[in-house]
Amino acid sequence: MTITAPQKTAPALPPLQPTGWLRYLSFSVDHKVIGLQYLICGFAFYLIGGAMAGAIRTELLSPVSDFMARDVYNQILTLHGTVMIFLWIVPVVNGAFGNYLIPFYVGARDMAYPRLNAVAFWLIPPAGLMLISSYFITGAAQSGWTAYPPLSITTPATGQIIWILSVLLLGGSSIFGGINFIATILKLRRPGLKLMQLPMYCWAMLGTSILVVLSTPVLAGTLIMLSFDIVAHTGFFNPGMGGNVVVYQHLFWFYSHPAVYIMVLPAFGLVSEILPVHCRKPLFGYTTMVYSIMAIVVLGLVVWAHHMFTSGTPPWMRLFFTIATAFIAVPTGIKFFNWLATLWGGRISLNSAVLFSCGFIVNFVLGGITGVALAQVPFDVHVHDTYFVVAHFHYIVYGGSVFVIFASIYHWYPKIIGRMLDEHLGRLHFLLTFIGFNLCFAPQHWLGLNGMPRRVAEYDPQFELVNQISSAGALLMAISTLPFLWNVIASAFYGAIAGDNPWRALTPEWLTSSPPPVENWKGDPPLVTHPYGYGTPGDEIDLNSASGSDLWRSGQ
Amino acid sequence: MTSLTPQNAQLDHVDDHDEDHGSEHPDHRMFGLATFLVADAMTFAGFFAAYLTFKAVNPLMPGAIYELELPLPTLNTILLLVSSATFHRAGVNLRKQQNERCRLWLMLTAMLGLAFLASQMVEYFTLPFGLADNLYASTFYALTGFHGLHVTLGTLMILIVWWQCRTPSGRISANNHFPLEAAELYWHFVDGIWVILFVILYLI
Repeated sequence: MTITAPQKTAPALPPLQPTGWLRYLSFSVDHKVIGLQYLICGFAFYLIGGAMAGAIRTELLSPVSDFMARDVYNQILTLHGTVMIFLWIVPVVNGAFGNYLIPFYVGARDMAYPRLNAVAFWLIPPAGLMLISSYFITGAAQSGWTAYPPLSITTPATGQIIWILSVLLLGGSSIFGGINFIATILKLRRPGLKLMQLPMYCWAMLGTSILVVLSTPVLAGTLIMLSFDIVAHTGFFNPGMGGNVVVYQHLFWFYSHPAVYIMVLPAFGLVSEILPVHCRKPLFGYTTMVYSIMAIVVLGLVVWAHHMFTSGTPPWMRLFFTIATAFIAVPTGIKFFNWLATLWGGRISLNSAVLFSCGFIVNFVLGGITGVALAQVPFDVHVHDTYFVVAHFHYIVYGGSVFVIFASIYHWYPKIIGRMLDEHLGRLHFLLTFIGFNLCFAPQHWLGLNGMPRRVAEYDPQFELVNQISSAGALLMAISTLPFLWNVIASAFYGAIAGDNPWRALTPEWLTSSPPPVENWKGDPPLVTHPYGYGTPGDEIDLNSASGSDLWRSGQ
Repeated sequence: MTSLTPQNAQLDHVDDHDEDHGSEHPDHRMFGLATFLVADAMTFAGFFAAYLTFKAVNPLMPGAIYELELPLPTLNTILLLVSSATFHRAGVNLRKQQNERCRLWLMLTAMLGLAFLASQMVEYFTLPFGLADNLYASTFYALTGFHGLHVTLGTLMILIVWWQCRTPSGRISANNHFPLEAAELYWHFVDGIWVILFVILYLI
């Protein structure tokens, strides 16, 4: 009988992540896997949130509450807003594309903190499932995505507490992601790559992450206080106990106004990546683009009270926040003219990515104009809490961010999967989405101007026809998802092989294989000092000394 | 270019983000922690803003008691400030590879942290108001409680560091002093927040 000593086998390099499709369900630390996890998880929640929107529009087909009970309607609209913001747009424009692209753009092999990155992602599915399951367990929160007290204190407590917990988890995920992006962009740049040579999406993500780190914690603190009001019967926001509901609104909008920029600044960055490639022109006005992003970051932090003009805000506050809000139109306008100038005279290939980007420009100008209108106190007090506001912010978050998400999927799918998407289905998808979206939300401006309040299951019968038109648009939007889904699934198996660089793009993610290898490049990361150097004859560029901005200044 | 690179599996090295590359990559962990502390500070800023607004616009209901004694919180302030100094000494000694002295200073710091928490408890139990009595009381407990949570976490971190640097070749040593420095930065941050909290809550 022999007793063998436990063998000290050399650990045979345990693979940190499974290979094959299983790694997408694992605690992978690869930034590309995490990016795709964000994207697919977010899209699943988009379908859920879209189904809720469908339920809302079905209910609003008729002026009376017949499709669902009124409290169910309240729950559905609360879940719809929360899911779409915290589980679809924020994770996808930040987490999905940020994780996939930022390490490429800075010439790194991964994010600065890969494990933190994985933790940030894996907070999302449990939080989202918890949020949605609350509907089936006790009934979801009913106070809207804003959870204003005293409504959120007086509606059933369990759903509201679950809502608070999941938003806290999602906020934590967002903060971890933001820390990671800031460190990656500022600290992980490849040696020799200057800040002003970075692709625009890096600047957008830097600005967004600054907003996330500065404003999300305030929301967390506020929601903790709100939960104390509900659970421990404190009186922070309970007027009956001497509390102050307006303080909640201030703290809430201190996060939630920047949240608009958290949803839309990355979209600005993504469009700035897509347009130059397909127009074969340098991005117009790189420097002004950078400064306008940073201006939006600063101004975005000091305009929150324009959501509260009817909350008894004093006149000086109205004046200040109106002016500050109007100022935001300046950097935003700069970006718009830069995009238009990028398109101007370019050799535009009107593929699905460009169509969605142009759709974004049109929709966002409309949403921006109504935004400037809403910033004016005399106008705002009339349309506050009406469908005008609903139309406005859907033009921003859907017409803006979601259009860009689709544009980005059409643009980067060949890189991510290695196969091309079908262009005909893509254009059909764009056509259905663009028509459906405008049919759904443009009439809501009229509804709001005529006084139809938002968040109510019943309405004045005179609005019935316009509501039905709007619901028809919503149906079209739902249908538009089908060609898209078919396209992305079928193309993954049967699409044309994309090759490394089907768009002949210059940004670093295209200078590797499709899909890229685990650490992005097999050799050293390329040094891309002029990511938008399209249309410049090669002999005019001194690759060793020219920086990106030199090229743009010389008017090439 | 790597146009011929077939797929991920053929790469000659697999994922090795932390261990193997640790020496050649610069260390960004401190930067990340500092960014996190900015976020943490914003949480406190939210609480402070709420407190100051409540104080400015919401008069307390008649009969609400909100007198605070100063001696105990002043003692608490001194305890935390001294603990910052002792933590600093611990770090200096670790880098000199004097682990025993480092551990002595760490234990002293942890004791000061625990003394702070004990003294905070004494204050809580002697105060004439409870959590849900009035707006002022709620905000007071929310702010000091959130800070106390930070002190508790910090003390736990110190004790973990104390345990892990017990031998010069332990997990935390002169060669790997990041965990100690991270805990130290966090501790200084918590102390700084307390000083602001002391001024806002007790002095003005």
